[in-house]
Amino acid sequence: MFLKKNIGAKIALLPMIIISLTVFVGCIIYSFIYSLTNSKLIPVFNYVGFDQYERLFKTRKWDVAVENIFIYGFVFTIGCLVIGFLLAVLIDQKIRAESLFRTIFLYPYAMSFVVTGLVWKWVLNPTFGIEHSMHLWGFTWFELDWLVNRDLAIYAVCIAAVWQGAGFVMILMLAGLRGIDEDIWKSLSIEGVPKWKSYIFVILPMIRPMVITSLVLIAAGVVKVYDLILALTSGGPGYSTTTPAMYVMENFFSRANLGQAFAASIIMFISVVCILAPWAYYEFYFRNREAKA
Amino acid sequence: MKKFFSILLTLFIPLSFTNASKAAGHMEAEVIHWWTSGGEQAAISQFAKAWEDMGNTWIDTAITGGENARGTTVNRIIGGNPPTAAQFNISKQFVDLVEQGQLQSLEEVASAEGWRDFIYPKALIETCEFEGEFYCVPVNIHSSQWMWINKEVFAKAGVAEPNTIQEFINVAPAIQDAGFIPLALGGQPWQESLMFDVVLSSTLGRDYSRQVYGDKDVSAFRDGRYELALQTFRDLNKFIDEGAPGRLWNEATAMVVEGKAAVQIMGDWARGEFAVAGKVAKEDYNCVIPGEEKYVGLGGDVFVFPKSSDPKVKEVQLKMASMMVNPTVQANFNNAKGSLPMRLDVDTSAADACMTMGLELIKNPDALLKDSDDYNSPAFVNAWDDVLTEFRNDSGYSVADAMDDLENVLTSGL
Repeated sequence: MFLKKNIGAKIALLPMIIISLTVFVGCIIYSFIYSLTNSKLIPVFNYVGFDQYERLFKTRKWDVAVENIFIYGFVFTIGCLVIGFLLAVLIDQKIRAESLFRTIFLYPYAMSFVVTGLVWKWVLNPTFGIEHSMHLWGFTWFELDWLVNRDLAIYAVCIAAVWQGAGFVMILMLAGLRGIDEDIWKSLSIEGVPKWKSYIFVILPMIRPMVITSLVLIAAGVVKVYDLILALTSGGPGYSTTTPAMYVMENFFSRANLGQAFAASIIMFISVVCILAPWAYYEFYFRNREAKA
Repeated sequence: MKKFFSILLTLFIPLSFTNASKAAGHMEAEVIHWWTSGGEQAAISQFAKAWEDMGNTWIDTAITGGENARGTTVNRIIGGNPPTAAQFNISKQFVDLVEQGQLQSLEEVASAEGWRDFIYPKALIETCEFEGEFYCVPVNIHSSQWMWINKEVFAKAGVAEPNTIQEFINVAPAIQDAGFIPLALGGQPWQESLMFDVVLSSTLGRDYSRQVYGDKDVSAFRDGRYELALQTFRDLNKFIDEGAPGRLWNEATAMVVEGKAAVQIMGDWARGEFAVAGKVAKEDYNCVIPGEEKYVGLGGDVFVFPKSSDPKVKEVQLKMASMMVNPTVQANFNNAKGSLPMRLDVDTSAADACMTMGLELIKNPDALLKDSDDYNSPAFVNAWDDVLTEFRNDSGYSVADAMDDLENVLTSGL
């Protein structure tokens, strides 16, 4: 019964299911098994229990990496959503040369993170970026040393990331705004609701699917952030902008410390599951029941 | 179904053909290395030329960046498609490969040609020898214990050129007052730790360095001298400009070449940057090994030869190993590379003043210094560098905390 329903679609999905199971699940199991070994350059089954995890949690660099991913995740998601929505609202005001602005704001998204990283590296570099130009113009009090200040460097990364991501959110939101019926606007204006209030309390809930889509797409980018930071700071100054993904890659390749890399990636995987599980449960199970009821 | 199989077949036929031609034809060798800059290309092509003059084919697989190249080599070995030869550093990077039996022993050719007699310094033999058999070919020596000095900047600042780190710290404020950056540094972990190791070996000497990095002697590490070195390292910080984080080593060298900065502490490969800019050693710039006693480290490169199931490959590998240590090939290669050869009977008449200094020093066995990565695994060295880079960049990271974190690494068994 279960099998017969949509049998064509199920057959079409079969390759994907097989790939998912073997590649993703298989690799996760493989990673977990070898995270219990002291493999160095090549995977060797030399069981050491949870030593790698113990070492991982004792490492100051890992703490910094975890803290950074939270700062980055928070600032990047909120920044993109707020700025993206504001840009969409502004463009929605039937302005002149709309497509020009749309292109300008979306343009950064067309670039690779590596390019974004390099551009912002030059802009924010105190010895030849904005700070230097301001000094040359006589504003010697001007200071913009975020990139080389170990406490602020992660926020410099966030700025670059928001600059790239906000335009993408703007387009999604704009599509949502354009889908709003003219009649709703008319009735809102008859009721005399101020524009900002109608946006926040009426329109925003109506484009909820767009907000969720943006959120999911952006959040997926958070966990895997790697290339941007590599190009912008390479994890520096010191290791103040390092992230879990960078920690894993480093241990895989330059450090020839496979066991540690596997342990770190398993921890990354578990934390992603912990964050996604309640949401997935809500979206797929709870709401299904809601819909049926 | 028939069609499916024929597609499958056509996919595999070319593969089997390439394998066959590899085995049957003349000697063909694929070499993975990371020598991609102009000078480095010139050097590796000396090997390629010598190989091709012997009537063989050289397949050049150049991959930018040592980490990437080494990663590719390891992946291909695990994947069962190893290259004929692959570059590593003089270090513990490839110990795992030897222990897992993935590398071809070169003992046959090594004992036939008497490598143990002519390879110099003897410490290079220790790098390559495992259980009495040779597993790698050292090809050159690079040392990192150098201070590169712009003579003009010192003349303008009116201070004497330093011979020790302490002398430099004494004159650095005057250089700063004259409007120059006293110390050019690229703020990447490996550069910071290179600088620290120069501070350590030049102020505390070779034996101390061995006790800490080689013997992992906690009591020597804790006897107050290491703290002193960390403090000196921190003292140097105020002579570094704020743009340092993330800067590449050659950008920092360029600051010295252009006269923006007075000094850079960097390996002997920095000489190439001065040479390209048309500067003359001892006239425009000076090279100094800081410290009362001068040491040169034994960094450099080796080639290893991954094992293959094909017996013909071994023959190729032994032939190539023998070619790499040939005195004429060594002379051509090292003159192009600007590094020191791995044997003394090589013509080095093309060496400049700085390189000659290195050549003289290396003849004295008491001047040879082993670096941390000659003793330790990459995981250990990098964990150590993590603490050092954080220590340099975070002024709130106290010497005592850094000592505790370093001791954790020292006793971690990495």
